[in-house]
Amino acid sequence: MPEAAPLWAALVLPVALCLAAVAAAAFDAVLGGDARRGGPGVLAAATAPVREGLRLLAQQRRTTPSADVALGRIGLGLVPVAAVLAAAVVPWGGVSVADPVVGIVWFNAMEVLAWAAVWLAGWGPNSALSLIGGYRFLAQGLAYELPHMLALTIAGLGAESLRVSEVVGAQQGLWFVVWMPAAFAVYLLSAPAMSFWGPFGHPLGRDVAGGAAAEYSGVDRLLLLGGRWLLLVATAAFSVPLFLGGGQGPLLPGWAWTLLKTAAVLAALIVVRRMLPVLRMERYMEFAWMVLVPLALLQALFVAIVVLNR
Amino acid sequence: MPENTVFWVLAALAVGGGVMVFRFDSMARATYALLLSLLCVGGMVILLGLDYLGVVIVLMMTIEMAIMAVFMVMYMMNPAGLMPMSMQHNKKGAAVVCTGVFLLMASGIVLAPWPPRAGTADDDPTKALGESLMGPQMLTMMTLGFALFATIVATVLLATHRGRYDRLGDDLRARRADDPVPGGVGR
Repeated sequence: MPEAAPLWAALVLPVALCLAAVAAAAFDAVLGGDARRGGPGVLAAATAPVREGLRLLAQQRRTTPSADVALGRIGLGLVPVAAVLAAAVVPWGGVSVADPVVGIVWFNAMEVLAWAAVWLAGWGPNSALSLIGGYRFLAQGLAYELPHMLALTIAGLGAESLRVSEVVGAQQGLWFVVWMPAAFAVYLLSAPAMSFWGPFGHPLGRDVAGGAAAEYSGVDRLLLLGGRWLLLVATAAFSVPLFLGGGQGPLLPGWAWTLLKTAAVLAALIVVRRMLPVLRMERYMEFAWMVLVPLALLQALFVAIVVLNR
Repeated sequence: MPENTVFWVLAALAVGGGVMVFRFDSMARATYALLLSLLCVGGMVILLGLDYLGVVIVLMMTIEMAIMAVFMVMYMMNPAGLMPMSMQHNKKGAAVVCTGVFLLMASGIVLAPWPPRAGTADDDPTKALGESLMGPQMLTMMTLGFALFATIVATVLLATHRGRYDRLGDDLRARRADDPVPGGVGR
């Protein structure tokens, strides 16, 4: 059984998550910089996210006429807050900030809060393009959320528990990724989708002039764009206890393995993102409903049969 | 004691959110006030020790309210929903009915002769709930599931603009689906 984390861990968690998000954004910027000949140097590219963040902190906030300021700001604030609350159930080698009996459902509930938050952020500024961005995420979110929820359920089914530490414990000897590869693949696909990032960036897409983020500048923009990275890091980190055996591994301590595996998953997502264009949304949505949902259901059936015969 | 404080804070927020549904002049604000109220109810269910039900209420209600906001804005009189509006449709009547039902149920809670607790709470209420749903209540759940699924299929059939005969021809033998936007599965 995992130990209860000391109280200060709750304060460390947001800081650690932010650092990881900055590192991921820096890695992404370095890859993007290399892609163009004559782009910025590696150092300049790696520090670009930090410089951009500082610039946004100093930038003036843009206001629009008859905006719903309260709802917009609730939405903006909710994106990073939901990411941190979701990350609270991720165990770091046997220690997690919180380990509720229904950890998996909690994680999903917090992701869904971020889903609603994007609509709020798009609604706030009283602007057509940002409203379109918010609506997009709501409409697409259902196609993303269902396979995602099934993938989470399958891991819980394999462990016969919704407690994250017990899911990790059930992977002693054999990681879930080995005997539920389809669930892992579905999870990896839906992780960037639930963070509306990369190939799934339609809610903030260029074709709607930035979508939900179109009217935001300064701190507001930082919260939305930074919160998106926090969500991505949290979702990538949660794949480690779900499918990759948590902190299990030889030689190194548990937290180091968790960190290594999280970094590997994040790096893989970022590298693949650089290879893929933004997917056409109706194509992916049809794929999600017609292929991913039945695939996840078949995987669930297989896991259920294995569990019943154990 | 902290449990009592949490209870009263959640209760006040839940009732306050419910009242604000009628006070706000914007569809979006009314919807999210209702969501706040329902999230507090979820928190109270967690407070009762039913973690699974509580978190599921948070999960489902967030999804439902987010989708409801879309439909409300879509069907109500100001389509963009960007201008203030009031719920003209029987605002006072709705408020009276809500207050009446609230008072009725609250007085029921206070006045009912509650029986003493029989037995002890299960160690794992989530498991107990699952066993109850999948054991004695299995027939109810199966019937409910089929009814819901049939409703979904029927609604989609009624709402769909282009069915399979439009896409694949009258004998359903077309090799490529005739879609306004090409791409996707099977092309």
